[in-house]
Amino acid sequence: MTKKLLMLLAGAALVGNGGMAGLPAPAGNASISGKVTYTGTPPKMKPIDMSKEPSCAKQHATPVMTENVATGAGDTLEYVVVYISAGDSDSAAPTAAVRYDQKGCQYLPHVLPMQVGQNLQIYNDDQTSHNIHPLAKVNPEWNKSQPAGSPAIDTKYDKPEFIPVKCNIHPWMHGYFVVLNTSHYSVTGQDGAFSLKGLPAGKYTVTAWQEQYGSQSQDVTVGAGESKAINFTFKALPY
Amino acid sequence: MGKVFAVVLTVIAIVSVAFFAMHTWWLPPDISTTGPAVDHQLEETLIGTGVLFLAGQLLLGYFTWTARDPKSKDKIKTFPGGATPLVTAAILVVGIEVLTLTFVGSKVWAAIYLAPPDPQSIHIDVQAEQFAFYFRYAGPDGQFGAVHPDKIDDGSGNYFGLDPANDVAARDDIVVGSLVVPVNRPIALTLHSKDVGHSFYVRELRVQQDFVPGLDIPLHFTATKVGKYEIVCTQLCGLGHYNMKAYLEVMGEPDYEQWLKTQAGQ
Repeated sequence: MTKKLLMLLAGAALVGNGGMAGLPAPAGNASISGKVTYTGTPPKMKPIDMSKEPSCAKQHATPVMTENVATGAGDTLEYVVVYISAGDSDSAAPTAAVRYDQKGCQYLPHVLPMQVGQNLQIYNDDQTSHNIHPLAKVNPEWNKSQPAGSPAIDTKYDKPEFIPVKCNIHPWMHGYFVVLNTSHYSVTGQDGAFSLKGLPAGKYTVTAWQEQYGSQSQDVTVGAGESKAINFTFKALPY
Repeated sequence: MGKVFAVVLTVIAIVSVAFFAMHTWWLPPDISTTGPAVDHQLEETLIGTGVLFLAGQLLLGYFTWTARDPKSKDKIKTFPGGATPLVTAAILVVGIEVLTLTFVGSKVWAAIYLAPPDPQSIHIDVQAEQFAFYFRYAGPDGQFGAVHPDKIDDGSGNYFGLDPANDVAARDDIVVGSLVVPVNRPIALTLHSKDVGHSFYVRELRVQQDFVPGLDIPLHFTATKVGKYEIVCTQLCGLGHYNMKAYLEVMGEPDYEQWLKTQAGQ
């Protein structure tokens, strides 16, 4: 009886002291936004031959291209993760899960950012089996088979890491899980644009990460309600 | 009961041999220059083994029929003259047949697998990995780039481990997921495996060859009929083995040239 009471009290203390585990990010209204571009000549993306998997091949009117250096008009870079790498206060992972799809023998989205401890749901939308294999080094590494019609895989990562993801059945399938310590992140679209919103005033390090070209950082100080523009430029090589 | 057994046995033997004789479930037509020799050898093997099989079953039926004796259940009948000469004769006949088939068959095999490829062959590199085949053509310069296993990166489509940044010959290499060849031209493949043992098998070519990790294994053939054929892995290689396949596309020469040009452009 006493033991039960103690546990209840301890539980109440934890709830009351939730800040230790991570409060919701302090609200702010400053923002940092901009564009990611490249100079030089990026490699040509190659068409992917899916003829061995007809149920996937027929989903694509034109061949899917490799995505390791995806570019847009105006020398923009797609799939670059821009995030606050220093200066952000810890925040609890949102309760909403992030979703990762295996569809048409492709990973959608190609680069999936998430927060440490955030639920990750992995779906197989195809008529064929997949075997997803995130090549984690800091977090535990695993691979799981998912035949057509299987329920979603429910998982999460406890440490920040850039994790390449591959399919053990379809060698061309490739993507990234980007597990971050911050709730302030953005992935560039084809226009290369990113935007980090809801920042409290302060001094931040903003980092842009591209799967082939690595990371770049800039220090930015924003005042309350201020909007700052910064840009990142990567040097592209044809090979 | 002995009569019934003898009849059923004889009927089963005759019917199963008849299906072979009539080619009821037969191989697809062969499409390679070496195919007829393989088919001929298979036919000879089946005739030789078929005759012995039929003779054995008919004899068994005959003995079951004549030796039946429902009245004396305990009495064991013996073969007139003893079984030793018959068993010895059977071992000799079967032994000679197996040895003959081995020698004749290995000649056919050697003529395909050990003969050097035609000097005019088109060279194509094959990389097998869990669970797909990739094919590499030398490209417009006619030179294959060197391969570096540490550079293999499936995510960027570098299945062979080329190093185009430092190796000019590798820049125009064409890497695709289907084996496209012109009809009636000798093709010389070099088989590599990235991970485990795999196998290259095209029924219509009558060609089957294992991939062995660490070895570069040559294999050559000449396809004689335009069409699309399945290449399957016939060496159990893991979870996705059932799904490991690619297509062999045999094209007319102009179509092939056009295809090469398109690929080189990409």
